[in-house]
Formats: sequence, C-alpha cells, structure tokens
Amino acid sequence: MLLKHTSKKIADRRFLTVNPAKTCQPIGAMYASLGIHGCLPHSHGSQGCYAYHRSTLTRHYKEPVMAATSSFTEGASVFGGQANLLQAITNIFTIYDPDIIAVHTTCLSETIGDDIPQIIGKAKADGIIPKGKFIIHASTPSYVGTHVTGFANMTRAMVDYFAKPNVHKKNQINIIPGWVEPADMNEIKRIARELEINTILFPDTENVLNCPQTGKFEMYPKGGVTIDELMQTGESMGSIALGRLSSAPAAMLLDTKCKVPCAILDLPIGIKATDRFVDTLRKMAGVNVPDIITFERGQLLDIVTDMQAYFYHKKVALVGDPDHLIALTEFLVSIDMLPVHIITGTKDKNFEKRIKVITEKVPHKVNVKSGGDMLLFHQWVKNEPVDLLMGNTYVKYIARDEDIPFVRYGFPILDRIGHSYFPTVGYRGAMRLLERILDALMDRQDRDSSEIEFELVM
Amino acid sequence: MEAFSEKEEENGAMISNNNDWVEPEELKQEILNKYPPKVARKKARQIVVNKKNKDNIVPEIQANVRTVPGIISQRGCCYAGCKGVVMGPTRDIINLTHGPIGCGFYSWLTRRNQTDASTTPDGHNFMPYCFSTDMEEKEIIFGGEKKLKAAIQEAYDIFKPKMISIFATCPVGLIGDDIHSVAREMEEKLGITIFGFSCEGYKGVSQSAGHHVANNGLFLNVIGKDDTIKEGEYKINLLGEYNIGGDAFEIDRVLKKCGITTISTFSGNSSVDFFANSHTADLNVIMCHRSINYVAEMMEKKYGIPWIKINFLSAGGMSRSLRKIAQYYADQKLIDRVEEVIAEEMPAVKKAQEEVMPRLEGKIAMLFVGGSRAHHYQELFKEMGMISLCAGYEFAHRDDYEGRHVLPHLKVDADSRNIEELKVKKDPEKYKLRIKEKELEAQEKNKVKLRDYDGMIPDMEDGTIIIDDISQYETERLIEAYHPALFCAGIKEKYIIQKHGIPMKQLHSYDTGGPYAGYKGAINFYFEIDRMINSKVWDHIQAPWEKCPELVAKYAFE
Repeated sequence: MLLKHTSKKIADRRFLTVNPAKTCQPIGAMYASLGIHGCLPHSHGSQGCYAYHRSTLTRHYKEPVMAATSSFTEGASVFGGQANLLQAITNIFTIYDPDIIAVHTTCLSETIGDDIPQIIGKAKADGIIPKGKFIIHASTPSYVGTHVTGFANMTRAMVDYFAKPNVHKKNQINIIPGWVEPADMNEIKRIARELEINTILFPDTENVLNCPQTGKFEMYPKGGVTIDELMQTGESMGSIALGRLSSAPAAMLLDTKCKVPCAILDLPIGIKATDRFVDTLRKMAGVNVPDIITFERGQLLDIVTDMQAYFYHKKVALVGDPDHLIALTEFLVSIDMLPVHIITGTKDKNFEKRIKVITEKVPHKVNVKSGGDMLLFHQWVKNEPVDLLMGNTYVKYIARDEDIPFVRYGFPILDRIGHSYFPTVGYRGAMRLLERILDALMDRQDRDSSEIEFELVM
Repeated sequence: MEAFSEKEEENGAMISNNNDWVEPEELKQEILNKYPPKVARKKARQIVVNKKNKDNIVPEIQANVRTVPGIISQRGCCYAGCKGVVMGPTRDIINLTHGPIGCGFYSWLTRRNQTDASTTPDGHNFMPYCFSTDMEEKEIIFGGEKKLKAAIQEAYDIFKPKMISIFATCPVGLIGDDIHSVAREMEEKLGITIFGFSCEGYKGVSQSAGHHVANNGLFLNVIGKDDTIKEGEYKINLLGEYNIGGDAFEIDRVLKKCGITTISTFSGNSSVDFFANSHTADLNVIMCHRSINYVAEMMEKKYGIPWIKINFLSAGGMSRSLRKIAQYYADQKLIDRVEEVIAEEMPAVKKAQEEVMPRLEGKIAMLFVGGSRAHHYQELFKEMGMISLCAGYEFAHRDDYEGRHVLPHLKVDADSRNIEELKVKKDPEKYKLRIKEKELEAQEKNKVKLRDYDGMIPDMEDGTIIIDDISQYETERLIEAYHPALFCAGIKEKYIIQKHGIPMKQLHSYDTGGPYAGYKGAINFYFEIDRMINSKVWDHIQAPWEKCPELVAKYAFE
C-alpha cells in the first residue's frame, strides 16, 4: 500500500491539511501570463517560488516555461523588494527583451507589503521601461485563495491594464476560457470560428504550451493573445466568461470599466454546458449555428446512446478545481453516471450549493466538500467505494491502493501526455472524455471478467 | 583549442573539424557585452575558462553569491534544499510544512526518491503524503503558532508518527512565528521527537543554505540518539546519496557484496532510526559534498568518525571509491574482496562501453546541475569517450569547484552569515578515535586523503568553460557556439534544450530511468545516453518540403 497510513475512520481535522487538492495563487498567475504573446511572467518573491512554479508547469506541459524572479534575499525581505524589482525590470528588458512583463506577487512580497503599482510607476519615471513595452501586475498572495484565484486575478489584470472603453462597439466577442488546456482554448476558438464570430480569447496558451518540435527554440512562441487585442476587448459587443471562479472577475471588470455586457457560463465540458455555450454565442452574436456543430453534437449523443450499458449508474469520485468539477459533474449526471464524492481544495461558498442542485436527482447519496483535501477524498472512497476516479496525477496513488479505474483530469497531470494536445471541451472534447472514461471502465471489465464471461464484442 | 589537440588526433573528435570554433574567452566577452554593467561585473567572475598551472591549481571562480534579480537562473530556495533535498527522502518522519499551501504541494513526491519501507520494523512511510498547515490570511495577520500546534496535535492523533519536523516558509519568518518553541512545547506534550527547521525561502542565495539548515537540524535532533552497536565488520555511513531512481539500492548491492555494512544513508532510502544510530559507524563516505559535508565534519568533531570523499557514479569512480574505503580500513581481507568484486563486475561494464563507444565517442556534453553531479557525471561521459566541454553548478561553493584548499580563504558574506554554524565539541562519552593516529598518518601517506575534496575544475581539461549559476541567456549562447550532442540540467531547462533539437538528460531526478550509480547504473547510463543522442527522432525534424522548399518543376498539365 502506498498510502498505508490512511484509515477508513474519518477523524475530526480542522488545522492540518494532508494531500492538498489545490496549490497557491502565483502558479495560476504564471499560467495566465503565458497566454499573452511575447510575455515574460515575473514572480516578485524569492527564487523558490518561480522555480517551483516553472517546474510544475513544465512537468505538466512538457514544454519550456519561461519566467523571471526578483530573487529576494533576507535583505530584500527586511527592506522591501523595490530595488530587486527595478533591477529585474532593467535586466529583463536588456537581456530577454519581452514585449511585456506580467508581475505577480507571492506570500513573501505581500507580507512585507510591497506596493507594485508604485514600483512600476517608479520604473516608468526612471525611464527603464523601453518605448512600446509594458508591465502589468496582479496581486496574488499565496495565503489567499488558490491557484484558480491567481489565474483569475492575472486575467483580470489584463483587462485592468489594457481594455479601453469605447462606445462604438465592434462585431466581436471576448471569450475568457478559464483555466483549461491549450488544446481546449483552441477548440473554443474553433467553435466560435465555425459560427463565423470574431473573437478575442484571453489568456490564450495555444501554441505557447503545446508547441511543435522544429529544432528551433522560441523564447516567445507564436501563440498568445496580443496586447493590441487586449486593448480592443473594451470595444467588443459582449464577453463570455467560462468558469465562474477563473473567468468572471475579468468579464465583470470589462462590464463595469468598458460597458461590455457579459455572460458567465460554466466551462463547456459535456453536453449541457456546451449547449449553453453555443447557444449564448449564437444569441450574443446574432448568428445561426452551422450544421457542423449540430453534427458534432449528434455524434456525441450517438456514443452516449450506443455505449450506455458500460457507464450507466457507475459511481464516480472526483477531485479537482471548482470550475472543472461543476461542468464535469453535470456531464456525468446527464449521461446517467453517479458522481458520489466530489471534493475541491478551493474554498468557494457557491460550489457545494451548485453541486447539490446538479446532483439533486442522483439516486445515491452524494458527498461534496469545498476546501477539502485528498486525504478526506480517499477516506470517502474507502467508506463508499466507486467504479471510477477522476482527478489529477496525485489520485493515482489512491487508484492503485484501492484498485479503481482512473481517468486523469485537471491540474497537474505529471505522468501522461495528451491533455495539452487534445481538447475535452465542446462536443468533440466530450467525445474524447467519454472515450477515455469508457476505455478505463471497459479495460477493467476485460481484466476482471472470468474466462467464461470474457467477450470479443463489447 | 590546444586542450583537445591530443584528443582530436586520437579519436577524430568533431571539434577539430569545426572551422567556426568559437574561442571560449571570446564567447565569454560576447556574453558579458550583452549584460548591463553591474551584471557583467558580477558574471565576469562566475565564468571561467579553465587553465591549470603546474601545481594543478585552477582559476578562481565566484560561487555561492546572489543571483541578480531578473536573471533567469536554475536556482530554487532554502526550503527546497532543506525539505525537498535533504529531508524529503526520509520515510518515517512527518515533514510538516508551516506556511501557505504552495511550498508543501510543490515538494510533494516530485524528486523520485525511492524507499523500501519493508526494511524498518514499523514499516512507516509518509513520503507519499504532503502535510501542511495551509496558512491563510488570518494566520499571517494574527500569527500561525496556534494553528501549527493544533496541526501537530492532529498529525500525532491521526498518524502516530515517531518523529515530526516543521519547515518554516517565507512568511513564517516575517511574521515571527517561533516554530522552535512550538516544537519544544509539543515534544514535551506528546513525548515524541519534534523539531523545526528555519529554512525560509529567502535565506541564503540558493538551495545550499537549506542543505546546511537541514544538516544542523539532523545533527542536533536525531544523530547519536541510539547507541545500539550493529553487526558488521566494516561499518560506514553513506552521505549525500538520495536514492534517485534507486541509486542507493545499487550502491548498497555492491557494498554488501564487498562485506561493507551501511549503517545509514543520508538520506536516500533512509529511516530516522538509521540516522539515530549513525554515530556508531567507523567511516563516513561522502557522495554529494555540497549538501552534506556539514554533517560529516560535525560527526568527526563530536564522535571521531573520519570522512572521505568518494564517487560511486561511473564504473571507474565506483572501483576507485571501493579501493579507497578498503585502504582506509587497511585490511587485506577487504582489499582482496574489493578486487574480487571489481573483477566480477567489470566485464559487463566493459562490454557495454564497447557497444556504445563507436556511437558516442568524441561527442560534446555540457553539464549544468547541482552541487556535485556536474562533476560526478563527467566521469561517466569519459567512459563513453565523450567530452565534457562546459560545466557548472547551480548552488555549489568555491570548494566544490576548486577544492577544499580554498576554504580558509573564503569570505563569509551576509547571505551565508544568517545560516547558523554550530559549535561542536567532542562528546565526552561517545567520542572515540576510529583509527589510531599513527595508523592514520601512515594511511595519509598511503594516499587515502581524509576530509579532502579536490573539486570539479582540476578534473577538467584546459580550455573548458566553467560557469557558476548559469543563466538562460548563457545556456543559449553555449548551445549556439558549440552545438553539444547532449546537455544535462534540470526539469526547467529540459524542454528549452530539446526544442533546439538537442537531447537533455535531467540530472536532478533523472525524469525517468536509473539507477545510474554503481556498475549496473553505469551500464544503464551508457545506454540511456546512447538512446538519447542516437534516437531516430532527430532525423525527422525537418519535413521534406522544408529541406527543399523551392519547387524545381511544375506539372505539365496545367
């Protein structure tokens, strides 16, 4: 047993976190920053922060993850990090020449109270920001919220720094994709393209964190939303925020700052959430949905129809981030699966309510917790075993100990590829997700069935 | 390139055929020209072109100094060195991170330290777990000591560990939580060993500070607590070996075969029980000098255990190190046994070398990693006929580069001064000379150099380039100038290098594979490098239409 100290008995535990189902804000800010073209994310803290964030993102994407740091030492921690950040800005523009530096803070710089806008102001006054180059910032203390919050804060900062109000609205829609994979961002853009809608999607990590092997390293890959596009977000006729926690703050700021009305939707994972996304796109832009989208939807439903016997009423335990879990749970419920344990490490008062509404008619007791951890998750699974586990790579220890099929979903995935290349959003994404769920369940049936019952045709 | 002229003739190295050879000194100047003056002044002393004088004294390099903000460096923090590197591989202690959730999360299971819990009676293994106080805003404002105490209580109630250690993260130091007094109070209350590490991320200039903090903590709280005398004729501790990919298992296999008993490894595949008993060994052998020499020195002062530097990476290094251990014991039985083992192990190694050599000979490797691996792995490359043209450490000190003879001349700067130097005295009861002074003198004449390490640079050729705390920009320039066949660094560098079409072997945790230590490990490494350099993928990078983009003819039927 790998997690041999995990008992079935659930003791009261209020102060100790064991096997977290979350991590800290700055890594989310770093991921969002990478979705701006020509951007070098900058961690205003000690070297360890950026080293850990770069390592984790690198292991997840298996791609270069470029970022810089203020390299705090004890002196900076006592006297403040202004000198470090100013020096960093000079060095970064001289040596690495990005179009933009996106600064995020850490628990260290937040605890000592560094005022980043003031430091950026000083950098401007000192003339160390070259003409046509930009610095933006987001406040991302590690002791508030989680990685999801950090992603949301940096995405909001893009609006804060760049969006310009304009009463003359253009025929374009902003899409804020939420914390999804580069391939998902691409699929969201494709769906909008199929509807012939002009979009600005931000942040956009497509072709930044799923780049080809060309024999040539590009420090700033081709992908990413451009600064010019970010400036135009205030002229769009509307915004669609996908994932309330990761995307709503940016969309709401566009509304208040630039009078761009927004729709806040769930991530388009599964049938119903994708239906709502496509329908909102259609209505907001005033266009018709092309046959190809309806065709893809039909293909997804065809798989659901044909393969129902293999997933009907299978019990699932899920752990991950709220935006993912809400859409995933709805998808599972909509195809007659039984999500019975749902945990996120991110504290969010709406999460439990929302999951309860989604699972209201599930013919089984459903455990849900926001602000939980993977020790509790594992204990729930021990007490009420399931047929399938879904979550990030850390869940594989539980999957092996409990001998339960496992589909990797969320962040981080440190031990498999595919997630950055093949989407799980939209109807096509749902087809792939369902394929992976079926593979896991059916491989298990093949493994466990007796020789007498073993089947060729399934 | 005088340094390689001889080699070139010998093996027809690719270097000789390269008309665009960039002179190292010129490259250094070009790199410095790119930097703002302040950075250039500092980096000028961290980039060295090797030139040894007749006494084998190498040029001075600046190391263990601050990374300039904004420079993309490989380095991490003090916490990473303490919790991640040194304490991480110990299975039966609860390592509790006191801080916001990130630090604990990122250091959770990411270093590939293997462990075998079946070798300790209680079978405890907390390594697959991550324990954190998950500090939130209210604790930052009002202090986190109460939450820490309560978390320790819960950890004790639920997991019943025999030992708990606490790791301080950046904000803990700033808000002034006293983790050590909490540890003392809870130790008294619960009756198990509890202690803290003040390893806030901003301390020191790299992971190195954390190694030192961890060494101090282990020495004060764990080592020397169990006086049981274990069986064994030749009892050693293996220091600075972290059992990445099973390295310590392979080393142990060979040591056992020689009749040498390992009391404790610091800290691969380790148990705190082994640490507690480690002062009963006769000898400390050091793999990673950087991360663990502090414990070795303190153990010698307190308990009288001498230490020697060894290198179990590479077949030659393994054999040489075994012979060194045998010479220390000066026991003919052991000397003979070691020779027998070497004779048994070497044929398979030779066979593997012969197989890969034709495909790898003369190729260039670059190694920028760690505090000792950039040195140790050079010998493996030599065994494949490869050339280690450029190397450097991420967090080492001058003695790791130039040898310990520089130690008296090292200046202690402000960043090092905030890491405590323990004052260690002879233990009145437990100190004993392991070897009579006269014998020791005789041995030293016999060339068993005790407490000595010559460093990396003396083992490198003249004309090679050594860079301390290499930056992203310098990495790019080295690749551009010398087109190495292989680059070795860490996970953050891996895909940057590979996008250049150059294979990158991760030498912190190997990413995959191992063991690479010992004889079987050397064989694994040869074939791993052969796979990486000679993989077919490198042939496919250009599509046919990219190789010849111009159409030479058109279809006639238009």
